[in-house]
Amino acid sequence: MRDTFIARLLQHAEQDPRITLITGDLGFKVFDEFRARRPGQFLNAGVAEQNMTALATGMALEGRVAFTYSIANFSTLRCLEQIRNDACYHGANVKVVSVGGGFSYGALGISHHATEDLAILRSLPDITVFSPGDLWEAAEATSACINTPGTCYLRLDKSAGKPTRRDGEVFEPGRIRTVRAGTDVCIVVTGGILEEAQAAADLLALDGVSVRILSVHTLRPLDSRTLVEAARACKAILTLEEHSLHGGLGGAVAEALMDAGFMPPRCKRLGMAGAFSSIVGSQSYLRKRYGLDAVAVAATVRSLLEGRPCAG
Amino acid sequence: MTTERPPTLGLDSRRLAHAIRLHCLRMTSTGGSSHIGSCLSIADLMAVLYARVLHLDPQQPKHPGRDRFILSKGHAGAAVYATLAECGFMPTAKLATHYQDGSDLSGHVSHKGIPGVELSTGSLGHGLGVGTGMALAAAQAGQDHRVVALLSDGECDEGSNWEAILFAAHHRLRHLCAIVDYNKIQSLAPVAETVALEPFADKWSSFGWEVRRCNGHDHVAVEAALRPASDDKPVVVIADTIKGKGVSFMEHQVLWHYRTARGDEFAAAQRELESLP
Repeated sequence: MRDTFIARLLQHAEQDPRITLITGDLGFKVFDEFRARRPGQFLNAGVAEQNMTALATGMALEGRVAFTYSIANFSTLRCLEQIRNDACYHGANVKVVSVGGGFSYGALGISHHATEDLAILRSLPDITVFSPGDLWEAAEATSACINTPGTCYLRLDKSAGKPTRRDGEVFEPGRIRTVRAGTDVCIVVTGGILEEAQAAADLLALDGVSVRILSVHTLRPLDSRTLVEAARACKAILTLEEHSLHGGLGGAVAEALMDAGFMPPRCKRLGMAGAFSSIVGSQSYLRKRYGLDAVAVAATVRSLLEGRPCAG
Repeated sequence: MTTERPPTLGLDSRRLAHAIRLHCLRMTSTGGSSHIGSCLSIADLMAVLYARVLHLDPQQPKHPGRDRFILSKGHAGAAVYATLAECGFMPTAKLATHYQDGSDLSGHVSHKGIPGVELSTGSLGHGLGVGTGMALAAAQAGQDHRVVALLSDGECDEGSNWEAILFAAHHRLRHLCAIVDYNKIQSLAPVAETVALEPFADKWSSFGWEVRRCNGHDHVAVEAALRPASDDKPVVVIADTIKGKGVSFMEHQVLWHYRTARGDEFAAAQRELESLP
């Protein structure tokens, strides 16, 4: 997703001089082309994320559209107050980008596991939160960041789902995408772990289970209408995220359904239970380890549909 | 492309400082807020800035060529509101709502609904970084307006400031000016007993800033210290000030960081401020 993001951002930057990309000294080699072609729109703030975010706000208040870039939690939690007080409160065109959602950098340890960012960022007022699931969504969410006034968060993932765009489909920020139609179970997913939902749906199809998949590329504002429709139409609903269960996608979906007065009879949230993972490994290894891979998702769906208790 | 700058307001800074002090005392006492000592400490700095130094237009608070002023020590927000009101950005009558139910004049300075406030602050260590971004954007656009951020001394404990100090020097942001209200008292105790800043000027200087030091209550000295940069460096004005300046029993006292003047204390403080030259 990272390369997709930079390529799309460069396209915009060549047309729009307001766009400024600020990195917190990360992205070895990946900005070479951007810097060569738009040198005046690229800046390395050094290893100083608080200042990166504050100065992005200052530039945004002077008319720029300032993207801040780092990996894992550095562009988000390290400078959370600058995002909240400086960027969000002033409605500044600061676009916070984190590459490495979830376990994208799984082998690097807990400092690099971005597993609370969605919960924390989505709680901020006056922010739009994008968490794309495939490369097309990543490119379109990049454009949406530019076109959405005010502060945005863009969570990029190393993994990405199989392409899901239908011919002629137009990306709608804030609108949940139904990437697979189905009626037995609805899997609501955000981020690159969409690929596990897709693979689980393929497995379940072998058993004749009809799976609907919703890709929540915009977590805030949340498209409650599509969620409620799906929850009513399907026998069970499952949320899937490479993120803590505390306040993430599952929480957001539960909030939306509760506010709509609809409590689905069969529902389950899949994600990190809330503990740190001192165990390291590849993204796919850690998904398997924590029951978030396609096989585990399929098993959870079967349990849900059969009314048995789910593992995890 | 250089945007035309509005002129300075050309006011009498003495008269302005006098008004700011009295407003701040009344605002903090009426609303029951803290930080009168911090407001009195910067009253002269604010007065010189708005009367003599900053290029501003109260009729066009967002004039593109204006100088940008940020109060990074947001707890002295009453002084900003008082200054803006005295300079015609809003009616002085609005000051009576400060810190009270339903008011948008918060204890820590907020921009929403208040023309002339560039940045809302209150958590320390934010203003200089944002000002750095404003100054960088201006430099890249070839504009020559100034960005001035007023910090407290205790605020210099915040590491985020030092990130901005490094960055601004590296980028030679000559139109960026930091002022430190160096009254040598922070929230709970003297600065020297909390986290010592000395040798303070040397720190800024070694980080690549042009350092100027002045008596923060001497208007002539403050105006001189706030002259434009003489070199390709950002400027810091370390202003030696007195916390609570102007009220004898508040001066140099940690107590008046938080205490609100009420009853006899309020009356005595008001008398002293009214009788200032």
